[in-house]
Amino acid sequence: MDKRSRIGARIAAEFKDGDYVNLGIGLPTEAVNHIPEGVRVTLQSENGILGTGPQPAEGEEHPDMINAGGGFITANPGAVFFDSALSFAIIRGGHVDVTVLGALQVDQHGNLANWMIPGKMVPGMGGAMDLVTGAKKVIVAMEHVDKRGNPKILKECNLPLTAKGKVSLIITDLCVLEVTPAGLVLKELSDGVTVQQVIDATEAELIIPDELK
Amino acid sequence: MFKRITAAEAAAMIKDRSRVAIGGFLAVGAPESLIDAVVAAKTKDLHIIVIASDWEDRGIGKLVANRQVRSAQVSHLGTNKEIQAQMNAGEIDIELVPQGTLMERVRAFGAGLGGVLTPTGLGTVVQEGKQIITLDGKDYLLEPAIPSDFALIKAHKADESGNLVYSKTARNSNPIMAKAGRITIVEVDEIVPTGELDPEHIVTPGVFVDYIVVKEV
Repeated sequence: MDKRSRIGARIAAEFKDGDYVNLGIGLPTEAVNHIPEGVRVTLQSENGILGTGPQPAEGEEHPDMINAGGGFITANPGAVFFDSALSFAIIRGGHVDVTVLGALQVDQHGNLANWMIPGKMVPGMGGAMDLVTGAKKVIVAMEHVDKRGNPKILKECNLPLTAKGKVSLIITDLCVLEVTPAGLVLKELSDGVTVQQVIDATEAELIIPDELK
Repeated sequence: MFKRITAAEAAAMIKDRSRVAIGGFLAVGAPESLIDAVVAAKTKDLHIIVIASDWEDRGIGKLVANRQVRSAQVSHLGTNKEIQAQMNAGEIDIELVPQGTLMERVRAFGAGLGGVLTPTGLGTVVQEGKQIITLDGKDYLLEPAIPSDFALIKAHKADESGNLVYSKTARNSNPIMAKAGRITIVEVDEIVPTGELDPEHIVTPGVFVDYIVVKEV
């Protein structure tokens, strides 16, 4: 499995049967290809659908059927369309079990920054602030370091925040980290990755359980 | 009861400096005939309220490319380089609003409310300059209602009573904005006889609709 598939599979392992899930654009959507057999997950997209199905075959696209990333989708049997206020009532009201988002930075307090780099890139927050505020469980899925090799898991985020203290799990190509009141706990290492590699690639303090030492 | 007009007649009602809420999400569900008519009318200094700034050649991107937008309340600009360039050059004022908050602020205006209380944005730059209200030990931001002079929306079908139904994910912000325009102008694919739409399935009651334009593009 390549790096992206591994992260996707690890995200999907967090889903429980019956979960309502919202996946951010990019890497998080990789999880749909790895949902374990017997686990029924209903996907929400904030532009107004619950029950998103697979990408349509070429030539089968419907111009009124997109997900929040603008990609063409299908609707599973039992799907529902609704307006954006209702969509965010689902999100903000705590009815989404799991949301998975990418990050520019995440820190040891569970703070997330993923919507702007001042002076460089201002795409806007879209629905991310509501998702991170309202979902029962917020998972960050990303490459452990940025394109230049700099850590993205920090003591304190220095980019504008998406939300404060809402992230509970971080899944990267190197490891899985849990955000706890005591700090970031190293839960799992990817195959062939050492504790020292994770420490070197992370600015935040890590709590290393004995069984991984 | 609504009046049927052309897109050009609709655009002629919208004066310079109007506040205009426009439906659509990444241009899906955008009222393209109405937008084209506003482009043709060259109306200036518009304030627009929209989920996302769409693409340079689709949805509200056409108004931005034609330099008709002075300011905007919007949640996402990532797909439109032109609006980002105009923002960076100081030619357009952007208030970035979290999408759920934006929808509730628009909804509030249409529902006769002064604003809403939301936890979204607490501890972020969205909080700056806003009142925090604590209820039952939980903090919320006080987010004021967003008024609009006109709502330009897209529905799939209207009946002759002005009742509206939508198509799939093209529904998005349209039913919310339909309720929130001082004047609401709807672009539809077709008008069907009253009685053809099941009252249980109608999404927007005709009471909110002032004008209907049948799609011209």
